[in-house]
Amino acid sequence: MKICITSQGEERTSNVDPRFGRAAFFCFYDTESGDYSFEANGFAAGVGGVGVQTSQYMAEKEVQAVLTGQVGPNAFKTLNAAGIEVYPNADGTVEAAVQAFLKGEYDKTSGPTGPARHS
Amino acid sequence: MTIAVASGKGGTGKTTVAVGVARALEQDVQLLDCDVEEPNSHLFLQLESRESGDFSIPVPRIDNDKCTACGLCSSFCEYNALARLKDRVLVFDNLCHGCGGCRIVCPEDAITEELRPIGKLVSAQVPGVHLLYGDLNSGEVLAPPLIRAVKRRGASEANAMEAGGPGYTAPGAGGPLIIDSPPGTTCPMVTAVKDSDFCLLVTENTPFGLHDLEMAVQVLDDLDMPMGVVINRSDIGHSDVEEFCRRKSIPVLLRIPYSRKIAEFYARGESIVDADSEYRLRFQEMYRRIESIVAEGRAG
Repeated sequence: MKICITSQGEERTSNVDPRFGRAAFFCFYDTESGDYSFEANGFAAGVGGVGVQTSQYMAEKEVQAVLTGQVGPNAFKTLNAAGIEVYPNADGTVEAAVQAFLKGEYDKTSGPTGPARHS
Repeated sequence: MTIAVASGKGGTGKTTVAVGVARALEQDVQLLDCDVEEPNSHLFLQLESRESGDFSIPVPRIDNDKCTACGLCSSFCEYNALARLKDRVLVFDNLCHGCGGCRIVCPEDAITEELRPIGKLVSAQVPGVHLLYGDLNSGEVLAPPLIRAVKRRGASEANAMEAGGPGYTAPGAGGPLIIDSPPGTTCPMVTAVKDSDFCLLVTENTPFGLHDLEMAVQVLDDLDMPMGVVINRSDIGHSDVEEFCRRKSIPVLLRIPYSRKIAEFYARGESIVDADSEYRLRFQEMYRRIESIVAEGRAG
């Protein structure tokens, strides 16, 4: 299973980025191999509809779950339609969030956790 | 002649000036309130009649039987209003600017359009002033399409008048047209002032007033539009605005000193020209100066 953790940096020790669409980096984690890979979020500085764009990208990357801080209505609608589970309120380091997720400590959300933001 | 009344900073007195000029002139005037997020010119005119209609923008609807989820529409959309998933495309009405591009690029002819109301277009009349304004619905962000609609309607009513058309006392095409612009220097302001012959910038003698005036001047320089400044509450604050105008050779066409009486009239929804009849003459004189600046620009 492939999960994406929004991250403020490019290290496992970087903190989770509480923003979804405008996160600085994405960390992709493969639960089978235990591999981490990081990439910069190319959509972070977009003018609008960033949540939609980022969610579409998650679907293209065949991500099955997202760990992040907050997720807005447009992003949630897209992720949900793509069958991607959303686990909000993740915090601490990326590695710690992955461990917490694997232990089943996060609850997935059935709706957006905040309004659409433009910055 | 079209004069836009704009400002960088909000609350400097755009509407006071726009309505003041419209009321002061002794000929029929068209007044377009393009501050569609907060139209308020109508509060200062005792309207006799009002006609209101919905303003809508086209948003895409996708026929899932025809759509192959190729993604051309979503990659075309600059506003990310379309999300391509593996087997279908999602539409976000609130992000759509209504350009219609997705329908054109769709190779499967799977997109049709539906009208979504985002505001109202209102036409109203007082003696000597034909007022048109847009009123964006709460929560909507797409001011520019509604502003363009107000301007289009203004032009078509002026043309209808020219042709001896129905019931408006609008001046004919080319007659005095005053645009009350939204504050700021972003898309709504640019959309409102664009194609005007002249722009009046209303400001005040404060650091914010000057800072935002400087930004508005940059926009007008980019649009290559002649401009003049009105300083409201001109006897309060410092002199940096005057110095800035001198340095940039921008004429200060009117100074309105602070007056409790004007403020009281304003609070009752009455115009500055009612509070002090001298302003009728001052606005007329300002209008004549603008006419000659525009005429010089056209000649030179």
